[in-house]
Amino acid sequence: MALAFDEFGRPFIIIKEQESKTRLRGLDAQKTNIAAGKAVARILRTSLGPKGMDKMLQSPDGDITITNDGATILEQMDVDNQIAKLMVELSRSQDYEIGDGTTGVVVMAGALLEQAERLLERGIHPIRIAEGYEMASRIAYEHLEHIAQKFEFDATNTEPLIQTCMTTLSSKIVNRCKRSLAEIAVKAVLAVADLERRDVNLDLIKVEGKVGGKLEDTELIYGIIVDKDMSHPQMPKEIQDAKIAILTCPFEPPKPKTKHKVDIDTVEKFRTLRQQEQKYFDDMVQKCKDVGATLVICQWGFDDEANHLLMHRNLPAVRWVGGVELELIAIATGGRIVPRFQELTPEKLGRAGLVREKAFGTTKDRMIYIEHCANSRAVTIFIRGGNKMMIEETKRSIHDALCVARNLIRNNSIVYGGGSAEISCSIAVEAAADKYPGVEQYAIRAFADAMDSVPMALAENSGLQPIETLSAVKSQQIKENNPWCGIDCNDVGTNDMREQNVFETLIGKQQQMLLATQVVKMILKIDDVISPSDY
Amino acid sequence: MAVEKLFKDEATEEKGERARMASFIGAMAIADLVKTTLGPKGMDKILQSTGRGRSVTVTNDGATILKSLHIDNPAAKVLVDISKVQDDEVGDGTTSVVVLAGELLREAEKLVNAKIHPMTIISGYRVAAECARNALLEKVVDNKQDAEKFKSDLMKIAMTTLSSKILSQDKEHFAKLAVDAVMRLKGSTNLEAIQIIKKPGGSLKDSFLDEGFILDKKIGIGQPKRIENAKILVANTAMDTDKVKIYGARVRVDSMSKVAEIEGAEKEKMREKVQKIIAHGINCFVNRQLIYNFPEELFADAGVLAIEHADFDGIERLALVTGGEIASTFDNPESVKLGQCKLIEEIMIGEDKLIHFSGCEMGQACTIVLRGASSHVLDEAERSLHDALCVLSQTVNDSRVLFGGGWPEMVMAKAVDELARKTPGKKSHAIEAFSRALLAIPTIIADNAGLDSAELVSQLRAEHHEEGSAAGIDVISGSVGDMAELGISEAFKVKQAVLLSATEAAEMILRVDEIITCAPRRREDRM
Repeated sequence: MALAFDEFGRPFIIIKEQESKTRLRGLDAQKTNIAAGKAVARILRTSLGPKGMDKMLQSPDGDITITNDGATILEQMDVDNQIAKLMVELSRSQDYEIGDGTTGVVVMAGALLEQAERLLERGIHPIRIAEGYEMASRIAYEHLEHIAQKFEFDATNTEPLIQTCMTTLSSKIVNRCKRSLAEIAVKAVLAVADLERRDVNLDLIKVEGKVGGKLEDTELIYGIIVDKDMSHPQMPKEIQDAKIAILTCPFEPPKPKTKHKVDIDTVEKFRTLRQQEQKYFDDMVQKCKDVGATLVICQWGFDDEANHLLMHRNLPAVRWVGGVELELIAIATGGRIVPRFQELTPEKLGRAGLVREKAFGTTKDRMIYIEHCANSRAVTIFIRGGNKMMIEETKRSIHDALCVARNLIRNNSIVYGGGSAEISCSIAVEAAADKYPGVEQYAIRAFADAMDSVPMALAENSGLQPIETLSAVKSQQIKENNPWCGIDCNDVGTNDMREQNVFETLIGKQQQMLLATQVVKMILKIDDVISPSDY
Repeated sequence: MAVEKLFKDEATEEKGERARMASFIGAMAIADLVKTTLGPKGMDKILQSTGRGRSVTVTNDGATILKSLHIDNPAAKVLVDISKVQDDEVGDGTTSVVVLAGELLREAEKLVNAKIHPMTIISGYRVAAECARNALLEKVVDNKQDAEKFKSDLMKIAMTTLSSKILSQDKEHFAKLAVDAVMRLKGSTNLEAIQIIKKPGGSLKDSFLDEGFILDKKIGIGQPKRIENAKILVANTAMDTDKVKIYGARVRVDSMSKVAEIEGAEKEKMREKVQKIIAHGINCFVNRQLIYNFPEELFADAGVLAIEHADFDGIERLALVTGGEIASTFDNPESVKLGQCKLIEEIMIGEDKLIHFSGCEMGQACTIVLRGASSHVLDEAERSLHDALCVLSQTVNDSRVLFGGGWPEMVMAKAVDELARKTPGKKSHAIEAFSRALLAIPTIIADNAGLDSAELVSQLRAEHHEEGSAAGIDVISGSVGDMAELGISEAFKVKQAVLLSATEAAEMILRVDEIITCAPRRREDRM
């Protein structure tokens, strides 16, 4: 406990219930924080790169997750340390913003912290370090823009996009069929992309998984899959040229929001009430039929009577469809979501070329495919795999690939991967450091050293001699003035990342540097940690 | 300065070698657990549940065993998961997949100890799995064109599947049952149309396949026990009291006489409903929900057979068999499709009365009645039969067939071995290890049968050196035999699924270098 004592050994009471709180101050605080940050980074370090290993995480409920994705690992890790939580946040914001590079950003932040620790030991004020890092990150940012390349693609030439997605996927467990998955991801993104506005709404891409089969069976469906079956077992399993009524109201008598009571005191009333009730059901089904719908998709359930009436009138229906799916169906089929039966009109119906129910395996797993939609802007990636964990991990990997493809459509600048960008930045920052007068110069140099840690980790994970490889690549970059030399993780035989086709997006890399620097700055500025001690 | 505390209390973290060791040991323990159940001479396990009643299950089915285990080791959970998926997807081979994954990991452990990087092992395994699959693809036999041969293939597969189960004594009988049942499905994989009824008593031999449909229900009192040329209405409707569904309605009366009136109206309503149902011109009414005494009496008066409380599956099946539709409203009798069958009668099996529908319009569904000495035997028999049915229905769709008795493993091992010799680099060790893991399966089969596995497997290997050999382990005679002559076959789909999922699982576990276990969620102390 860091308490202040007077000359008689009595503690000063400054904070309420001071004894029951742990308090860390000054250099100690910074060092503990740095150690915590480094510990988190160390966990992720081995997951970096194409030869990175996975982590197995057991949740409080005993569920198992096996993953390679930095953001997922940190999120599930259940950390208690405040600084560690900051790192978790860091990875998460990279995930939200870019979607890929979640491991890299944490490793970078860890390296920056490690360097900062050394500077602190030499007596440099943390704020000066933070400012130095800030300057350095700006240099690196600009340098990245400088070495970035525009690359051209269009709807017909998707090869560059596929290559980039493959770089992302190669570090995941799915790298066995990265080519086909990358193609699927790119096709999916292009299907929903608005190339003129350079915008992609990833919500339009649904990723659905089902255990069984093998990874190679993963497919892209230009339409929607709903994990539901027809409400009545005897309804037709296949509907051609479906006209779909999308309803958010239940097939039930209306329930007014205001409180009311219908009192029955005579037999007549009882009878009329009953007739009324039957009429409701009949009317509802009739309305759907009248507007020409051949399939009803309902957000709510309907009871047996309504179910049979629908069946009877030859109107197949799907019930309990979730809100998000409903929206996607509406987008895909060009229909409108109708909240009241009264508002159902023929124009509001969605259209799909084919709706079919498909059964899987030996259990009664059924899914509904809605294909050949009027508006093919909504697509579904349907993942198959040997077990649940595989599917989950594939989902995460596909998500990363989708994000990368989207980023490229937004901004088609790329930098080369394999640590080449980091090495190049390191060189640039190192060179620029000398121009800065003052203590910041040291911090800038430290930043340059920290940049080296990403390629170093890559080399280490690939089983290469880290220092040897890094210095070789670095000297090659300077000698040949070629910022595309990186670590040859896959043992292909060349250091030139252009030949290996390893790309990363520019904004992803830039974001990584900015976010890592920001968090490190924040951690450095903390000089007092007051936490309530355990009970 | 050491990090104070990164994780929450009780959360643990295991790294590097330790993590890998923990997952290897866990996975191998699971594989060893189910290992002894493999093959025709495999032994069963008794599982006692922790729930109330301590019910006991005796089984040989890998998926069932693993499902009932409470496992803490994360890697072991992965194996349990693949076994479950195998069960859902193809139905059989649930033990093999776990054993193969366990063997792959056992071999991988040796390689890791020999300082080969897990990533290298993984890439070797991948190549090997692909090669093994191709080897199988080359050897498959497809008899789809020839109906006669195809049926005999199915028969063989069913017998092979059943031979490792409790039904092995009467495997011919049951294989025939299963094949007949699946052939009736005409290519659909909807096993729900096959109903399995278990009735204790008699012996397993007394089990039979019924062409019609048997409903485990009694006929209402005072209603006809036998109906010829029945017209059946299958319904799902409330036959107790119809609730008023309009929200907020309630009965409010001020005198007793009013209550009586309302009650009368309610009865009237039910009577009307019954009248409407009878107006369909039916003589049998099957409802999913309860039928109260009052409507039952009305039905009895009208000479209509009313069956209540058929469960949901029963209703669906019945609708499927008789070709009727499941009705919930009865206002337009002319357009409701009624089910039909030649004869409904009450039959006795053992001491129980059941309702038998025969001569149905659509012959897709059928019922298998299982008889046996105790409920444990019956449960296990049902599981075995389910396995056989699953495999058969999958085979009907994908009719490629392989020999059994360790033959596919030998073929794969041979191909993989050859590949290992051709592959340069460290990968070849992993490929070689893959072939050793494949060989473990015939070894275990032989071991479980109490045979000299080393002798047998080496003999097998020599036999397989010749191209096109059909040699496998003949457990009955305890020697190497010709699988084609012995008629031991397996479905290609099952073997492929075993191979691919086992490799995938092994790969997944190998890639892990750190295990982080969160603190278990605290249960509220209810003391």
